Amino acid sequence: MKALRKYLDKIKPQFQKGGKFEKLHSTFDAFETFLFVPDKTTFRGSHIRDSIDMKRTMSIVVIALLPALLFGIWNVGHQHFLSLGEMAPFWNKVGFGLLKVLPIIIVSYATGLAIEFIFAQIRHHEVNEGFLVSGMLIPLVLPPDLPLWMVALATAFAVIIGKEVFGGTGMNILNPALTARAFLFFAYPAQMSGDKVWIADKADAFSGATPLAEATAGIESGVVHFTHSFQEMFLGLIPGSIGETSTLAILIGALILVFTGIGSLRIMLSVIAGGIFMGGILNIFGANAYMDVPFYYHLVIGGFAFGTVFMATDPVTAAQTNKGKIIYGFLIGLMAVLIRVLNPAYPEGMMLAILLMNVFAPLIDHYVVEANIKRRLKRMKPAKA
Amino acid sequence: MSTVKTEREPLFSAKTKKLLLGPLNKDNPITVQVLGICSALAVTVKLEPAVVMSISVIAVTAIANLVISLLRNTIPPRIRIIVQLVVIASLVILVDQILKAFMYDVSKQLSVFVGLIITNCIIMGRLEAFAMANKPWHSFVDGIGNGLGYGIILVIVAFFRELLGSGTIWGLKVVPNAFYELGYVNNGLMILPPMALIVVGIIIWVQRSKNPDLQED
Repeated sequence: MKALRKYLDKIKPQFQKGGKFEKLHSTFDAFETFLFVPDKTTFRGSHIRDSIDMKRTMSIVVIALLPALLFGIWNVGHQHFLSLGEMAPFWNKVGFGLLKVLPIIIVSYATGLAIEFIFAQIRHHEVNEGFLVSGMLIPLVLPPDLPLWMVALATAFAVIIGKEVFGGTGMNILNPALTARAFLFFAYPAQMSGDKVWIADKADAFSGATPLAEATAGIESGVVHFTHSFQEMFLGLIPGSIGETSTLAILIGALILVFTGIGSLRIMLSVIAGGIFMGGILNIFGANAYMDVPFYYHLVIGGFAFGTVFMATDPVTAAQTNKGKIIYGFLIGLMAVLIRVLNPAYPEGMMLAILLMNVFAPLIDHYVVEANIKRRLKRMKPAKA
Repeated sequence: MSTVKTEREPLFSAKTKKLLLGPLNKDNPITVQVLGICSALAVTVKLEPAVVMSISVIAVTAIANLVISLLRNTIPPRIRIIVQLVVIASLVILVDQILKAFMYDVSKQLSVFVGLIITNCIIMGRLEAFAMANKPWHSFVDGIGNGLGYGIILVIVAFFRELLGSGTIWGLKVVPNAFYELGYVNNGLMILPPMALIVVGIIIWVQRSKNPDLQED
């Protein structure tokens, strides 16, 4: 550790003003502050004595993602061997999963960070930390069989169009990881939906339908037939995007986020409330087989849990006010279930619901603030008169 | 208007040149004035309809500008919008009939958007802002310039949308089959209207970063 610090201190002058690599200053800065907590302090205005900064926050989110990631790696292998009808030892499944998932993660990080660094150099600002999380989120919401060039393209699209055009991390309107997924969903529907893509190298005879697809199929056939039990869905032994299948692993991540105060518990709970509310209403009507699916199923199938914990709580794109967060979260849950059930063309309503509410978040905040001002003005009036 | 010039202006003076070429870059109706976006989204899935649409708009703007400029001193100001609309509408009907007669397939693809040239803000804008106050020749050139400025963006957008969305240009296959065998897939998002907005946005981005005087804070 000390040797590293010494080395950094030794090469630092070359990157500062007048140094040999002055142009690469932001690159150096990014690595230095990633490795060591910077000792710079503000010298004016308010001081917050806390060692937490963006890079540390982002690292914690990545740690919270690990359970879902590790489970996802195992599950990719598990589903593969299951579809072939073979029994395989634990490590074979993990090995196969790693072979499928690692390249996606590497491509996502390499593309995204390359673009981030290029923009930091061009615009002379520091490298934004936001991509540490986005780079991990993007692979987790993709099917394991996606061609790697599509991963790269979607990542580039998300970083450039979703983030950099708005001014980089902290300025984006839409969640970059979901932008990447939405891009793929609309650009390459054959690779992103249907029954073929959710299990890597699956046997042709095996039905690779996700519970979401099975539920949608129920609208036509009249009966929703789930291959997997509720318990299996909760544990995540189902086909699906790499990181979204296991509600249990996601819950562990949620605990980490809530415990460290990084993820907003308010948003998570209100999303769940919204989902249960809409699911309940649809249960009451029960006009078709999908509407009859018990409301608690919606919480464990598809990307609902993953979106709730990791996407909806994104501090940049979520609502900022406390009341706003509740409205924002509730509407996400409500819309997600609504889109899923009532629009069979978009089986994964969670992605679209979050993106939609991302757009509305500033508006919600605006009205919450306005309402507050109005309320307080009213209180002032009698005093005037 | 009433000032009598002693010297006759040459046909292609610096001013006319500016009228013709300005809209191609710094006064572009789509990327700078942000007019006519609606049809830019609708007709740019393929290159061919985009080119036909551009030519129609060039013809309508140029001739409408010319006609209104000729009439400008006789139009009562209170009903000028109606007069302008009558001129545009008759021209658009002409264009529509010509397209139907000679390019039936394209005219079917363009469908309602030929008729909607009437409501294209670029044309109304040029009539109000330019033709009502300038001489016929300048108005005519201004119309062609703005039509070209509109057309060039349409063609650029359509080029990329057709190339990436369908793998063709002007209906001809340009992406080799070997690519598809390697796993290349046409981008379905390019065919959807939102991508036209994004492509226009990227053009605006590139243009502004090249012309610092267009950047607003």
